[in-house]
Amino acid sequence: MNSAEQTARAAMSETLPGLSTPVWQHHHVLDLDDFSREEIDLVMETAEAMAEVLQREVKRVPALRGKTVVTMFYEPSTRTRASFELAAKSLSADTISLDATRSSVTKGESLLDTLRTIQALGADIIVMRHQYSGAPYIAARHISASIINAGDGWHAHPSQALLDIYTIRRHLGDLADRKVVIIGDIMHSRVARSNIWGMTTMGARVVLCGPPTLLPPGLKEFISRFWPAQVTVETEIEKAIKDADVVMPLRLQLERQQSGLIPSIREYIRLYQLNEDRLALAKPYALVMHPGPMNEGIEISPAVAQSTQSVIEEQVTNGVAVRMALLYLVAGRKNN
Amino acid sequence: MAERILLSPEDIRRALVRIAHEIIERNKGARDIVLVGMQTRGVPLAKRLAAIIKDIEGFAIPTGSLDISLYRDDLSRRPLKPVVHPTDIPVDITDKHVVLVDDVFYTGRSIRAAMDAIMDFGRPRTIQLAVLVDRGHRELPIRADYVGKNIPTSRSEEIKVYVTEIDGEDKVTIVTPNRGGAV
Repeated sequence: MNSAEQTARAAMSETLPGLSTPVWQHHHVLDLDDFSREEIDLVMETAEAMAEVLQREVKRVPALRGKTVVTMFYEPSTRTRASFELAAKSLSADTISLDATRSSVTKGESLLDTLRTIQALGADIIVMRHQYSGAPYIAARHISASIINAGDGWHAHPSQALLDIYTIRRHLGDLADRKVVIIGDIMHSRVARSNIWGMTTMGARVVLCGPPTLLPPGLKEFISRFWPAQVTVETEIEKAIKDADVVMPLRLQLERQQSGLIPSIREYIRLYQLNEDRLALAKPYALVMHPGPMNEGIEISPAVAQSTQSVIEEQVTNGVAVRMALLYLVAGRKNN
Repeated sequence: MAERILLSPEDIRRALVRIAHEIIERNKGARDIVLVGMQTRGVPLAKRLAAIIKDIEGFAIPTGSLDISLYRDDLSRRPLKPVVHPTDIPVDITDKHVVLVDDVFYTGRSIRAAMDAIMDFGRPRTIQLAVLVDRGHRELPIRADYVGKNIPTSRSEEIKVYVTEIDGEDKVTIVTPNRGGAV
C-alpha cells in the first residue's frame, strides 16, 4: 500500500473531492463515436504499458486472473481474433473461442440465445464479430457481460481504429492537424467509419478518397453535420495524397466488380492503387497503413507494401497491446 | 480534516542519506544493487537514493521503475481513472540485490504485488524493501529492511508524501478526519 493506493482506496468511497467525474466509463466498447479525447488518451497510455509487458521474457501479467473472455466470431477472421485471444491470455484471463460457423448457431440458435448461454457459462467479456451492423448493440442491451465489438457489418471496428491511432502516435506523436488519407471502398468499410470518429476526436484531418460508387450515399450531409472542418472527400487520388502524413488504402473486395460498383479491377488499379509515384506526393516521412488482409498488386503495389514507410506489420503487433488495454479497462467497470 | 506536517524537506533528506548508507553497509558495497522505485512517488525517491549512493561509492547503480496495477489482487478496488504508469527495469536482475523503494508502507499488499512482478523479470539474489514512512497495519507477513520513519497511525488517518519532482515540494503530512466521524 503506497500513497497512490491510499488515494485509490479513498476514491472508491467516491467522497473524495475532485474525483467525481470518472474518466473511463465504458462497460462496453461498441464504436468510437462515444469516446472522448481523454478516454482515447487513456487507452493509448494503457496500451504503452501493455507493450512493455509484451517485451518481457515472461509476457504475462495476472491483471485479469479469474476473468473469462469469450471470442464469438460470426465471420471469418485471423488477425483480429488471434490478437484478442493473445491479449486476453497475456492478461491471464481464461479464454473460450466460439466459432459460430461450427456451433449450435448452424442448428438455428438465435444470437441472443447464444449470448445468454455464454453468459450463463460465466463470461465476463464477450468479444464479438458479426456480419450485421448493430448486432453488438443488441447484445449490449440484453447481456450484463462487457461487449467488445470486433467488427459489425459495415458499421464499426473500434479496436482497429484505436490500434491505427496508437501506431500513428508512436511515429508522428500528436495527431492534431495531421492529414490522414483513406483510399478505396469507403462504403463497405467499418475500419474507415471507426477511424473517422477516432481520428477526428484526436484532432486529425481525414480525406476520404475513392470512386464515387464506393462512397456511401449521404456522405456529404453526414460530414457537414459532424465534422465540417475536419473531413473532406476527394475522388482524385493525386490531389488527396498531396502532403499527407498517413496514407491508408483499404482492401478492395473482388466481388465489388461483379456487383457493378467498379468497371474493372484493372481500371481500379490504374486510378486508385497506392504506388510509389503516388506515395511520393505525400510528405517524405508519411506512413503507409493497411487494415489487412492486403490484396498486394490491387489497392497497394508490392513495392509500397514492403517499403520502409510501411508500418503494416507493426499495426498487427500494436493490435495486441491496444486490445490488452481495452480488455483491462472494461474489466474494471461495472454495468450500470 | 486537519493536515499536520510530520517530516520537513531536511528530515526527508537525512532519512534518505541514512537509508543509502544502510543499503551499502548491508550489501557490503553497491556493486550488485538495482534500485526499483514503485510508481509513482517511489520513483523519484529511488533516483535520489541512487544519486546519494553514487556520491558515496563513486559509480552509478541501475535504477528502474515499477507499476503494480497489473498485479493487483482486486480489480474492483481500482481507481476511477485506472492509469498504468510505465515499468522500466533497465538491467537483467538475475543474481542482483533488488531494492524496492516506496513512499508509504501500509498493508503490504502493494509489496506482495511488486515481488510477483519482480519475479517475472528474473531471479534476483534478494529482494529488499526501503520505505520513507512505515505507518503500520500490515495485512501480510512482510517487513521493511530500511525505514525512513515509523509513524503509528489509525486506519482513518492518511499519510501524504509530497516530493518536489511531482508535487513541487518535499514534505510528509498526516491527515486526520474531524472528530465526530463526518468526513
